[in-house]
Amino acid sequence: MLGVFASMLDGVLVGAVYGLAAIGLTLIWGVMDVINLTHGAMITMGMFGLYLAFTELGLNPYVALLPVAGLGFAAGVVIYWLSVHRVVGRPPLMSLLSTFSVNLMVIGIGTILWSTSPYNIDVSLPGFSLGEYTFTGNHLLAAAAAVLIAIALSLFLARTRSGKAIRAVASNRRAAELMGIPSSQVLARAFGLGIAIAAVAGGLIATLFPFTVLSGSDYQLKSFVVTVLGGLGNPTGALAGGILLGLIEGGVTPFIAVSWIPVIEFALFVLILIAFPNGLFARRTHR
Amino acid sequence: MSPKKPFFWLLVAVIAVFLLPVVTRDVGLRESLLLAAIYIILATNLNLMIGFTGYVNFGNIVFFGLGGYIGLYLVTAAGFPVALAATVAGLGVGAIALVFGLGILRLRGAYFALATIGIAEAVNAFVSNFGPWGGATGLYLSFEAYRPLGGPREALWTVYLLLVAVMGLSLFLGYAVKTSRFGLGLFAIREDEAAAAVLGVNTPLYKAAAYSLSGVLPAVAGALFFFKQGVIQPDQAFDLTLSTEAIVMLMLGGQGTVTGAALGAFLYEQFRGILLTSPVFSSFQLVIAGALLLVTVLFLPGGLMGWLYHRWPRLRRVLE
Amino acid sequence: MSELLEITGLCKHFGGLRAVNEVSFTVGTGEILGLIGPNGAGKSTLFNLINGVLRPSAGRVRFSGTDITGWAPYRVVRLGLARTHQIVRPLNDMTVLENCTVGACFGSQALGLGPARRVADEVLELVGLADRRHQLAAGLTIAGKKRLEVARALSARPKLLLFDEVLAGLNPTEVGRMIEVFRAIRAQGIAIVMIEHLMQAIMNLSDRVVVLNFGGKIAEGRPHEVATDPTVVEAYLGDPNIAARLAEPPGGAESPGREPPGREPQVQEQGAAP
Repeated sequence: MLGVFASMLDGVLVGAVYGLAAIGLTLIWGVMDVINLTHGAMITMGMFGLYLAFTELGLNPYVALLPVAGLGFAAGVVIYWLSVHRVVGRPPLMSLLSTFSVNLMVIGIGTILWSTSPYNIDVSLPGFSLGEYTFTGNHLLAAAAAVLIAIALSLFLARTRSGKAIRAVASNRRAAELMGIPSSQVLARAFGLGIAIAAVAGGLIATLFPFTVLSGSDYQLKSFVVTVLGGLGNPTGALAGGILLGLIEGGVTPFIAVSWIPVIEFALFVLILIAFPNGLFARRTHR
Repeated sequence: MSPKKPFFWLLVAVIAVFLLPVVTRDVGLRESLLLAAIYIILATNLNLMIGFTGYVNFGNIVFFGLGGYIGLYLVTAAGFPVALAATVAGLGVGAIALVFGLGILRLRGAYFALATIGIAEAVNAFVSNFGPWGGATGLYLSFEAYRPLGGPREALWTVYLLLVAVMGLSLFLGYAVKTSRFGLGLFAIREDEAAAAVLGVNTPLYKAAAYSLSGVLPAVAGALFFFKQGVIQPDQAFDLTLSTEAIVMLMLGGQGTVTGAALGAFLYEQFRGILLTSPVFSSFQLVIAGALLLVTVLFLPGGLMGWLYHRWPRLRRVLE
Repeated sequence: MSELLEITGLCKHFGGLRAVNEVSFTVGTGEILGLIGPNGAGKSTLFNLINGVLRPSAGRVRFSGTDITGWAPYRVVRLGLARTHQIVRPLNDMTVLENCTVGACFGSQALGLGPARRVADEVLELVGLADRRHQLAAGLTIAGKKRLEVARALSARPKLLLFDEVLAGLNPTEVGRMIEVFRAIRAQGIAIVMIEHLMQAIMNLSDRVVVLNFGGKIAEGRPHEVATDPTVVEAYLGDPNIAARLAEPPGGAESPGREPPGREPQVQEQGAAP
């Protein structure tokens, strides 16, 4: 019994990081109604960025998250202007395909650079033990970082000028422009922010598990599940959804083979989409 | 479709080209065209959803993979002849798709696309754990299975012919739907689903029918293809990359037109073949595919056919 | 005598907002009913309730003797009730002819492609779009798109048409031509319920008028009665003498579209949306 509890607790910790990853996705989705299919590639870039900072530059992995975030932001802005700017507001297929094409290119280059071999960041922080179960410092710190970043994002969106500008454009782009807000630049920044968060989440995941060039796409799929759980465009919901997903994973792992977990996750995903087209935490809509 | 229509002659010409290797007994050409045929089948049937109805089925590969599994299972476990197994696989997948479709087609645009990915991944993960279908190792065909067709070498020719037939059927199906009342309703849904409903189109039924229909022939093709391969495994059967390549082909050629789908598939397959054999470019295959797709989406959203129709509007009424 | 369309106690709530509040009226065969009221009064929402785009919170809708409350839109049109949209919704990548063919194929009679195209051709002649039949709908002017909306609805061979601000945004000449189309439709025995802000058209075309304000019906009767009703004047019209001033032949140089003093400018009506 304690084993299940410990597993679920660990799931909550990891789930917070899933939630952070999903926040990057849901932010972009909510602000400009674009499903960012480079999300997975950017998570991967975050992983490898942190790895390089750790191995080549010798930086402390948690300190290295800062430059990873910065580079992620810059990359996001570039990707926005390259592939998203022209297709915002056009049929969803267009932005799905344009972001997917960038994903193909990034993963293609990544495969050339790093092949599909597994990589690992060797860092281990002391944690605490509960009987025979240990919670590593990595997990605790990652979860704490995820929650802190989520809170910081909320404050940013609510209290700062830039954040409010983003919310204004998300709410009504044309009206925001009439108020003097340069909407394209704001969208670019919002996109950059979403990518930065994805990259940081990738970096955090890299401190927890080994990874390959293809790992990002798995977390992208998890981010979809979490976003659907939490309701699109809802960062708090995403964090909650991530924790919920982690909880479910943790609760289920002691009982069934690991290979069945994706089946459950995806079945849940489809079922929730069908039953709650606007997410579990969204307000009820009227027909 | 009467011989007066240009499309009829186009279809005849395409089939003639694909029958060439049979006449010359050229195995190399056959293998190349077999892959092209598969791509054309995938793209033209996907067109029913993306081009005609406006719903992006990102997980379209699930039809191909499920068809492969059902077909191979019927051959190995129940001793079905391959043509029968493939037909049953096609109809079976069509029926399953109808049930799933009624559920997920209530979702709008992007959510639907995600749901199809979810279904593809769920089926992939499930099949990887499903004992009777070999789990993660998959199903294997013994050489005995090729005996009724005259041995492995002859069997490959038979399978090829069957695949060309399925390709022809796919092209014909695209044409038939496009020029039918059903197709008109689908196009209305694509343009403006709410307005289509107000105009009297039974949108839930039509969407589900299109989804189901778009799965039948790819499933048959899957059964035939994996019979030829002699083995089927989950990751290969439900390869999301191929699924997305089908979308790329469709966009390149021009979604919404049958000619575009076929053209896009054929050109992409040739292009991919060149990339893979070139020493310089083989690792860049994904990168170049991505760049191609980006350029198409940004600057040529109608694909090749869209551009042609723009230059020569009369073509629109001549080709489908 | 049983009416063609009977609406009884129709209500629609969005949370605490009563967008439509206990509205009842009837429409007879071949009748033209004007539906007027300030922006936000619930007129478009009422149309959405009638043809099934929204489900009523309460009340019933009977059409041609059948209770169609809550029916999906594609079932409603099968009975012969078609509508246009306030903000036009052309099927952009299809031709004018194809647009109308859709209407004819899936309208009150389930026609095959051939017969549907013939119906579409006739309707396009009536509406004046026949020379543009092969043009893509996206390429039409706003007046053309409005005519296409009307033509598409007509192609369904309806018994009743719901017209949502068809005349809005048209210049006086276009208004005149559209009114001729309305008259031709009425001559075919098709009933019309029209939402309009153009009092000229309402006064001269309607057999009866219903006035909505804040979701509720505040007046009903012949145009002249309604126009002189003090509640209506206060809520919407502003000018008590509007009936007299507007009883002129349509297409007159100054009157159509000119706002009497004190009235709100013609803005797109914002239906309370979910």
